[in-house]
Amino acid sequence: MGFEVDDQGFYGDFGGAYIPEMLYSNIRELENRYLEIIRSDEFQTEFRQLLKDYAGRPTPLFRAERLSAHFGTRIFLKREDLNHTGAHKINNTIGQILLARRLGKQRIIAETGAGQHGVATATVCALFGMHCIVYMGELDVERQAPNVKKMKMLGAEVVTVHSGNKTLKDATNEAIRDWINHPVDTHYIIGSVVGPHPYPDMVTRFQSVISEEIRIQLQEKTGRNYPDYLVACVGGGSNAAGAYYHYLEDKRVRLISAEAAGLGVESGMTAATSLLGTSGIIHGSRTLLMQDDDGQIEEPYSISAGLDYPGVGPLHAWLAKSGRATVFAATDEEALQAALLCSRKEGIIPALETAHALAVLEKITPGPDDVVVVNLSGRGDKDMETYINKLGI
Amino acid sequence: MMNRIDRLFKETKGEILSVYITAGYPELGDTVPLLEALQNHGAHMVEIGIPFSDPLADGAVIQDSSQVALRNGMKLDLLFKQLEGIRPAIHMPLVLMGYLNPVLQMGMDTFLGRCRHTGIDGVIIPDLPPAEYDARYREMFSAYGVHNSLLITPHTDENRIRRIAELSGGFLYLVADSSTTGARNSIGDHQVEYFRRIHDMGLPVPGLIGFGISNRETFLTACKFARGAIIGSAFIRAIGESGTLSLQQKVEMFIKEIRGA
Ligand SMILES: Cc1ncc(COP(=O)(O)O)c(C=O)c1O
Repeated sequence: MGFEVDDQGFYGDFGGAYIPEMLYSNIRELENRYLEIIRSDEFQTEFRQLLKDYAGRPTPLFRAERLSAHFGTRIFLKREDLNHTGAHKINNTIGQILLARRLGKQRIIAETGAGQHGVATATVCALFGMHCIVYMGELDVERQAPNVKKMKMLGAEVVTVHSGNKTLKDATNEAIRDWINHPVDTHYIIGSVVGPHPYPDMVTRFQSVISEEIRIQLQEKTGRNYPDYLVACVGGGSNAAGAYYHYLEDKRVRLISAEAAGLGVESGMTAATSLLGTSGIIHGSRTLLMQDDDGQIEEPYSISAGLDYPGVGPLHAWLAKSGRATVFAATDEEALQAALLCSRKEGIIPALETAHALAVLEKITPGPDDVVVVNLSGRGDKDMETYINKLGI
Repeated sequence: MMNRIDRLFKETKGEILSVYITAGYPELGDTVPLLEALQNHGAHMVEIGIPFSDPLADGAVIQDSSQVALRNGMKLDLLFKQLEGIRPAIHMPLVLMGYLNPVLQMGMDTFLGRCRHTGIDGVIIPDLPPAEYDARYREMFSAYGVHNSLLITPHTDENRIRRIAELSGGFLYLVADSSTTGARNSIGDHQVEYFRRIHDMGLPVPGLIGFGISNRETFLTACKFARGAIIGSAFIRAIGESGTLSLQQKVEMFIKEIRGA
């Protein structure tokens, strides 16, 4: 069973490009050119240089002693929070802006939930002097206010989306509509491993620098280049896809995906997509999604704006369905407590999304000698208001 | 029996006016009364939109009508129940237009069976890729005698247009511009050039132009280059307007304006 995308854009049963004809030429252009561009030496040189000098890579792999003692195992944190702009999202936006330039695009659009992808997109657009428009749901504009200000300071236009549940799904719809209306001059920088082929594969490749580094760093620190457990949170699934990439075929590594249970998996207020979802089509991709018996896509709920999405990338649907990854769901409350624990034990305030991955450490049972890597996807600055209110700080 | 869409194109000399409605809009029970009113006042064909939570190809007007319809309680299953028994009183061709996900949840086979049973002549599913239609569903459609009309846009290249036209049953849907749905007041030169280019290709299937057709002027321009045109957002807006007119009166006024009667 393979976990690479096939030539039709599928991972097992999931993926593809279910797009209206209005998007066909854009998607076709990307599909025809992305591999050739990404593989070229000249692209790789520029990409690697920017990851190093601009994003600040490689990010450290940190041995978390006090968390290790707390959980009775050996925990390492992959510090994606130390990237420029505070999350893994910049890996992808650097890759896509370089690609967009080679495709001759002048106008960049993006969707954002937590605002991290929006900030990362606005950042690379500033760097390259490109016009940037970010779609963001009204609810997220409210709960991630600092990031809205950052995007504006960086020169991006932030468009508030009022349709649907006013969160990430609706922002994505609006970005896709924008692209339909601007098929020639615009590149759409999707923020996760979602959307029509080739986006899931392309974004996975840009994020795969995470597992590339983990291999080298684990070798140095443990004498072995793989962990026993690899834990990441899954919204659309880009940080997880990047952390898993070089281990997808390595069965010694248990892949542990953390989804947002919201108020509880059975509560009706949840974003536990692979646990509750059924096969369907969202944003041009066949994947697992939360829907009713009429095929209407249901509104998810999570305290974390970055996980508040009713689908998952098709790779993750396939990892879950095939049993390659084990999916756990952490509630809002469990995530908040995990964020507090990480702050107090390691002096690292994680993003709320990341806190769901940390919360899953309570649910797995690694042995004392096992190596557990948690992908610390982002930092908690943007979530301070939520932490202050919910944790009574 | 010949498919009603084929018969319409065969027997109609002048321009064909097709109107888009959203099932269950403005009120849940309006679907069939709207079909009756449209037929009485001279529409040739109706596209019944299956409301969807995430209509990617639609602009604000049809998005809103879909939201209202869903809130009214419209579902694909209920739509088929509403359409039960409308034949033969409704004799014009009817097309269902909707996104793939609700159709897949019902199951393509069940969906097509119910289309046939209720007298639906064709479907339009914008996010069903032509290649997948060809590989997985084409035979099923033809077994049920239901046409699938595919879309082309100004950016569809010539080879692909020929292939899509060959796969299309009933008619080919010419999306008028690179855009989501939504009424516009005029048709630009680049659009006319595209319409002419398609017209001159001499495709084996008749074309209807849709997206942005909103009034008599844009309707007539479109009809110079295709067998007819499809009006969606402008009609949805007209029947959604508050005021003292009945639904029937709104339909009558709208169709009269378009047909210049
Ligand atoms: C810090 C952080 N982690 C995780 C996510 C979830 O996205 P993904 O699943 O694509 O990594 C987000 C999204 O905004 C984020 O900001």
